[in-house]
Amino acid sequence: MTPGSPASKVERSRSRRVSRWLLVQLGGAVFVLWAVATLTFFAIRLIPGDPAEAVLGGPGSQASQETLDQVRREYGLDLPLVTQYLQALGRLLAGDLGSSYALKVPVADLLGAQIGGTLLLALFALALAWLCALALSLWSTGGSRTAASVGQGIELTSAALPHFWLATVLIAIFSTTLGWLPPVSTGGAAGIILPVLTLAIPLAGFLAQVMRETLLDTLDAPFIVSARARGESERGIRLRHALRHASLPAISLSGWALGYLISGAVVVETIFARPGLGRTLLQAVTLRDVPVVTGVVLLVAFVYIVMTILTDAASRLADPRLRSAETRR
Amino acid sequence: MNSPLLSVDNLSVSFGDNTVVHDLSFSVNPGECVAIVGESGSGKSVTARSLLGLAGARSRVSASTLSLNGRDLSTASDRDWRRIRGSQVGLVLQDALVSLDPLRPIGREIGDALRLHGGLSALAAQTRVLEVLSQVGMPYPERAVSQRSGDLSGGLRQRALIAAALALHPPLLIADEPTTALDVTIQARILDLLAEIKANGTGILLISHDLAVVSAVADRVLVMKDGRIVESGDTRTLLNHPREEYTQRLIAAVPTDKPRGTQLVPGAPAVRTPPTLRTTDAITPVLEARSLVKTFPAPGGRFRAVNGVSFDLARGETLGLVGESGSGKTTVARLVLALSTPDEGSVLLDDRPFSELRERDRRPLRRRIGAIYQDSLSSFDPRMSVRRILTDALDTAPADDRSSVAELLDSVGLAQSVASTRPLLLSGGQRQRVSIARALAARPELIVCDEPVSALDVTVQAQVLDLLDRLQAERGLSYLFISHDLGVVRHMSDRIAVMKDGRIVETGNATDVFDNPQHPYTARLVADAPRLASHSA
Repeated sequence: MTPGSPASKVERSRSRRVSRWLLVQLGGAVFVLWAVATLTFFAIRLIPGDPAEAVLGGPGSQASQETLDQVRREYGLDLPLVTQYLQALGRLLAGDLGSSYALKVPVADLLGAQIGGTLLLALFALALAWLCALALSLWSTGGSRTAASVGQGIELTSAALPHFWLATVLIAIFSTTLGWLPPVSTGGAAGIILPVLTLAIPLAGFLAQVMRETLLDTLDAPFIVSARARGESERGIRLRHALRHASLPAISLSGWALGYLISGAVVVETIFARPGLGRTLLQAVTLRDVPVVTGVVLLVAFVYIVMTILTDAASRLADPRLRSAETRR
Repeated sequence: MNSPLLSVDNLSVSFGDNTVVHDLSFSVNPGECVAIVGESGSGKSVTARSLLGLAGARSRVSASTLSLNGRDLSTASDRDWRRIRGSQVGLVLQDALVSLDPLRPIGREIGDALRLHGGLSALAAQTRVLEVLSQVGMPYPERAVSQRSGDLSGGLRQRALIAAALALHPPLLIADEPTTALDVTIQARILDLLAEIKANGTGILLISHDLAVVSAVADRVLVMKDGRIVESGDTRTLLNHPREEYTQRLIAAVPTDKPRGTQLVPGAPAVRTPPTLRTTDAITPVLEARSLVKTFPAPGGRFRAVNGVSFDLARGETLGLVGESGSGKTTVARLVLALSTPDEGSVLLDDRPFSELRERDRRPLRRRIGAIYQDSLSSFDPRMSVRRILTDALDTAPADDRSSVAELLDSVGLAQSVASTRPLLLSGGQRQRVSIARALAARPELIVCDEPVSALDVTVQAQVLDLLDRLQAERGLSYLFISHDLGVVRHMSDRIAVMKDGRIVETGNATDVFDNPQHPYTARLVADAPRLASHSA
């Protein structure tokens, strides 16, 4: 194809569009990360107590004034707040997250060891929630009135369940009573089932609500009548037309959902004694371990951003109207 | 004569206790177009859908005969229906933007019919899709197959939809309002297309509220009211010699070729004296637009939506602004109302600057221009009662509000009980009356009417047009009347301005412009506008 042909022109304008979109996304990401780092830096200073004491093992350490002063000098805690902030930013820019006050290991290593478990948990939960939501919304919009009201009931109830309560109930049923699954994560594959269920069930209820509403709207649309008038079967209507429309809002929500799952992980990992970011964050906050808290918050923000960009891209793939709307603007 | 393609005897459709179609009997022969005409709610669309077994899950359909090509459909199972749909009967719905799946390329939508009824290889199906697209006059079929309904204009979408219905050569095509919401020129092309399909031997059942459209293609017409056929017969005879009072009313309501000032609702007293033809420059215009330019950002530069538009409007005069969608009519309306600022040029009100004022200085002047929109429902706050809506627009002292609202309702012919209702509960005609009352509340000199009757049935449209005429005569109002419907514009306007691509290509007295168009574009518009057969005969 010659470079001047219309097709290659379309191709070029499309790649220009995509790269511009990517640039905007990246710029936004950098801004959000900076804002998160700044907010965390100052928010942590609001927690009462002395960070130098935290370095020395908390208020119980009974450290002498000299030791405290020495730690302050060593960690730059005696400098003006603005200087501390700029230094912290500079270190972040260089990719250095600092070392944990309590554990004395680099934050990056600490997080690297923990993130896998949490991400695995969150992704499994997201996948399971999607499956349940699809099944539930397809069943509840199947036409039977009983299914519709039962489905709606299930959605509402499960969306309203708090994680800590659900976890306790699941343990009571599957571990204590039935003895099928371990109450704490032992590292085996079985150990992840209950935590995943705990996270997935409320999210599934929520996603199913969104999907059911869009499904019902779509099934009422004139293009569904057109498809029926072509001889399309009920199954074809759902699979070929309605489901794609119904998944659009659910895709957009998935970025948010992953953030919701990671914050849910704080509770779930604690209850099931699973190692992971959630537990690390909880411990770090209790010990006022500033670098670890900052690291976790930045990491979660980063995952959140990546997920948002991915869902955005997925939405654009699933809904061509988003792409053409951009050229028209 | 051969046996009819479709024969229907005593068809009744009900939803619960509510019977919406009563004992309908008719037939369609191959190569014949039968039209069902009636106001909204008369049961036309339900009838059409029940012929495909698509009247809805909660409907009850009964008929003593319902047969297609000699085959009895009254006992058809779901499976049988699926085989019939698409292959024996094609359905074309109104507004293809929502009648084609916006997420799927139209090639796939059309190909679906072929895939579902099998028998064709992927290659043969692809060929057939291209063939049927070129048959309906789609430009560049190869490109169109990969486009989605959102990428196509209204007329092309409608063509794609017709192509989808024709893909399997069904002997019967049901078209439910196939040209509503289309521009006249596109409407004319679609009607030509239907006539061509008919000539090829396909039977057509055309559902429409527009008698002019029907008269262009239909061989026979059934007039439907409240679920019953009130009159039927050969198109020409029925339009020229309607027996039933209801049919007469429908025909009288069509504004096309009715001189300016004639009442469209029979029996109403004539209020309007013959139109004041423009005398000379002695009168200062109420409104003057001077070389208006408005651009919008577009890929590869700025798009000039309005490109040097000038006109003036005298007291008590109506200026009709016509043109296809996208010609810039509504942008002109927004500029006149100072809802957007022109890039160049200016709007003068009573010979004083209007568009150039700062908003603070302009605000006291705004009450002198009223506005009526096509979709009146979305121009109301749904939570407000009609009384609140009107009180908000009044500029009188609160003490007088009650009597003023009563007066306003009276002047637009609404009952006083409407005041406490919310707009959602009103009919389309009542809503449009409320929006006229709202426009009148501030006692304006000029009202901008942007497609004020496009969403209304022809009989309701006639009432609203009569009302606008009466108010103009009583109050000396000036109207800037925007519409894509040439029949309506001609009936309402003293002068006409024809817009194309952001420019006014022709202006003049209404009769001159329509009877002796100077610009080729105007000539085409006039030629394409459908007319009642009785007049073209």
